[in-house]
Amino acid sequence: MKASNMKLRVPSLTLGCLLLGGTLFGQNVPATDTAITHAKIFTLAGVPVEDGTLVIHEGKIAAVGVNITIPAGAKVIDAKGLQVYPGLFDPITQMGLSEISAVGATVDTTESGSFNPDLVAATAVLPSSAHIPVTRAAGITEVLAVPASGGFDSARATNLIGGQASAINLAGWTATEMLIRKNAAMVVDWPEIATRSFDYSTFSTKEKPFSDAKKDYDKSVDQLTNWIAESRHYAQVAAASGAAYDRDVKLEAMILVVRGEMPVLVFADKARDIRNAVEFCENQNLKMILAGGGEAWKVKDLLRSKSVPVILRPTLDYPIEDDDAYDRLMTQPAELLAAGVKIAFGSFDNSFARRLGQQAANAVAHGLAYEDGLKAVTLYPAQILGLDDELGTLETGKIANLIVTNGDPLELTTEVRYLFIKGQLTSTDNKQKDLYEKYLNRPPAAK
Amino acid sequence: MNRRRVSFGAAVIALLFLLAGTTGVAREKETKASAAANPAPVLLIHNATIITVTHGTLENGDILIKDGKIAAVGSALKPPADAQVIDASGQFVMPGIIDCHSHIAVDGDVNEGSVSVSSMVNIADVLNSDDPAIYRDLAGGVTEANVLHGSANSIGGQTVVIKLRWGQPAAKLPFEGALPGIKFALGENPKRSNFRGFGLPERYPATRMGVEETIRGAFTEARDYKKSWDDYNKHVAAGDKNLIPPRRDLKLDPLVEVLEGKRYVHAHCYREDEILMLLRVAKEFGFHVQTLQHVLEGYKVADEIAAAGTGASTFSDWWAYKVEAYDAIPYNAALMTRRGVVVSVNSDDAAEATHLNQEAAKSMRYGGLTRDEALKLVTLNPAIQLGIEKRVGSIEVGKDADLAIYNRDPLSAYAVVQKTLIDGRVYFDRERDLAGRAALEQEKKELLQKAKKSAEKKADGKRAEEKKSEEKKPEEKAKPPQVRIDEGGAR
Repeated sequence: MKASNMKLRVPSLTLGCLLLGGTLFGQNVPATDTAITHAKIFTLAGVPVEDGTLVIHEGKIAAVGVNITIPAGAKVIDAKGLQVYPGLFDPITQMGLSEISAVGATVDTTESGSFNPDLVAATAVLPSSAHIPVTRAAGITEVLAVPASGGFDSARATNLIGGQASAINLAGWTATEMLIRKNAAMVVDWPEIATRSFDYSTFSTKEKPFSDAKKDYDKSVDQLTNWIAESRHYAQVAAASGAAYDRDVKLEAMILVVRGEMPVLVFADKARDIRNAVEFCENQNLKMILAGGGEAWKVKDLLRSKSVPVILRPTLDYPIEDDDAYDRLMTQPAELLAAGVKIAFGSFDNSFARRLGQQAANAVAHGLAYEDGLKAVTLYPAQILGLDDELGTLETGKIANLIVTNGDPLELTTEVRYLFIKGQLTSTDNKQKDLYEKYLNRPPAAK
Repeated sequence: MNRRRVSFGAAVIALLFLLAGTTGVAREKETKASAAANPAPVLLIHNATIITVTHGTLENGDILIKDGKIAAVGSALKPPADAQVIDASGQFVMPGIIDCHSHIAVDGDVNEGSVSVSSMVNIADVLNSDDPAIYRDLAGGVTEANVLHGSANSIGGQTVVIKLRWGQPAAKLPFEGALPGIKFALGENPKRSNFRGFGLPERYPATRMGVEETIRGAFTEARDYKKSWDDYNKHVAAGDKNLIPPRRDLKLDPLVEVLEGKRYVHAHCYREDEILMLLRVAKEFGFHVQTLQHVLEGYKVADEIAAAGTGASTFSDWWAYKVEAYDAIPYNAALMTRRGVVVSVNSDDAAEATHLNQEAAKSMRYGGLTRDEALKLVTLNPAIQLGIEKRVGSIEVGKDADLAIYNRDPLSAYAVVQKTLIDGRVYFDRERDLAGRAALEQEKKELLQKAKKSAEKKADGKRAEEKKSEEKKPEEKAKPPQVRIDEGGAR
């Protein structure tokens, strides 16, 4: 299988091999300077640079623009006719935590119990997951791996605080090498006042009276409130007593949260739930990021006034309510942005992470400015997660996570020709391309 | 994966529709129904880029539509005096999208999961013309859908092809003359491998071997059953009298139709081994597998599928949601096409159906299909797979005027459907939809107000009655009020 692959490597990568003289499958080879020349460079920090040069030095962007001196010894990629963009950033995935969603043994997204702030996604990110190179091939260079955010196991879970989401690059031999920020956000699955729920034991929809649903909801919110209060007391004790206090791993993990230094990533879709969550976070002085936001448009003024950004569920989903306009999720990104709400797009999945650009394009088709569409899958997620000093645009000093494409990275037919993570040219080969090449060359079947 | 939510507000409104019967949608329905009784208008779609799919792409072209059929395709056609003209300058017209695997417009559950062979049930019996998915998919350019049961059973229920005639009663949805089908399912779903531990009872089959034997067993029965009828009919034809006919078997009747080529087999499958298994079983019993559905490993045995003359209806880029989908590749449609299989790309999901044009475009990137080849995946090819290619699937004179009009090249993620036509009638019009939104919003508000009032009134009445009855018959317990409004319950 490998032999046939080698023979069939696509021209662009053969070229890449020749130019750079190294094997590219793995991931990080020793750092060398690289210059991408004659490209149209979409820095997302100003107008696109025509016939521009971008220089990478020690994993960072060293220079970008025209009339740039190429360092001696730098590998040069002539990107005439091609375009350079920041790599795409998918801010909600279960990357590395879930391989085959229906098979529990391969899924580590959601712990049992309801208060799990000490869990850290990066702990269980599998660097050799087949999803990583497949996702890379779509031009995605970094993601947020989010516990308790999806998959079969979370559908039945009772998590309120699900653990810490980790920002990772999609390359590296170990999770440590991949890591951008271990504790980028604390996941809160906001309790819904749900009168209807799906019962897995009978595979049918169950209903309960509103008063019961409200009681369950109030109980959950009380629990959350207590945990935050306990955590705040714990943080005070910890600050006052230095090393000498009784440690608790769960409360210890909440210190950054109650200090407002780690944002809470709150999953909620219905307007009522969003309102309740925003009110709660305000009362508790928590820094909130909304995830999902199916009905964020109904509470856009509240979100703006409280400066709550939204990582939006896929625009291609059906709207929340049967009587919503059919294009509700596609028009709301433009509406939210116009109202002053910061947005980003997320796939909320691994298998469909590669649809991130498509999600943005569909919002652009429904009124979002193209540049905002691009930024909502690059710069805006970085800003929302406080990582924009390092990621999101092509500016000097930022991590060199970038893609070289033959066109608009949001469009369906565009190909990623080169992909850099931490300044290293990284392969976009993957399991699916291997299988394609193998079976493309299957001899005709015997009649 | 998507959590489907049920709207209480919508339920209240639906309830009111049933009670009042004179709401906006109901009124619209009446108008549409009466319009359907009238002849379709003469229409001229003017000055569009026309993607015929079979005869190239025509710039600045016109399509003349008469009696619901395409009457002419060309440049600068002269409209008859009575023609309505749709100015489609700068827009793209393509054949309406045909979704070869859909579960929309079904009332209730899609699986009769109690038995492994459920061929006696028919999805056509439970069509729900009020499913908003019909309208939403129509707004995605879909004009036809192959409505199937779920995949719980090795042999599932009977299927039906519908036209998305939103506003028409359920009886008007089926595609006239389209051969009915039956759903088969192989692999993890019929063997229930992902549903154990949820408290569901164990059931045969639990292996792929068992799935084969379930199908073989059913067709062995069906063959005997058919023979007993054939013998009976032969004797009757020969003038034999006083014969007792064989007992009708509602489970076996559809399988006999399969054996006689009067009903299509649409088989849910994933892995290469089970695909070959079904093709072998079909050969053994002398029936044809019309389509393999999902068929995510079809690319591994594409020659065998092509040799059997079987169609393949797959996903664009779904993978890894279960073990049998782990070797799925987005090149599947292109690879099978190159090996001579008639391939379509389907949705299996009401929301996915709204962008099948985009899903088709992915086969240009993954596997290098041409534009027309990509578009055929969601137009002509599914038409062939459903045996309706003489009626729909391309823009040709004489075919049904089932068309989708986009503001841009439909192979782009930026293209938005402007109009969808079925039988030469505009069933979806984006402008009309946008213009009507404010009125619908107002109507919803008024209905909710009405519902609240009537609930309060009812509750008051109940209380008064209870009070009365308490006085008279204190032993009788009061029932809780039947209507409850959740919307006011926000914190």
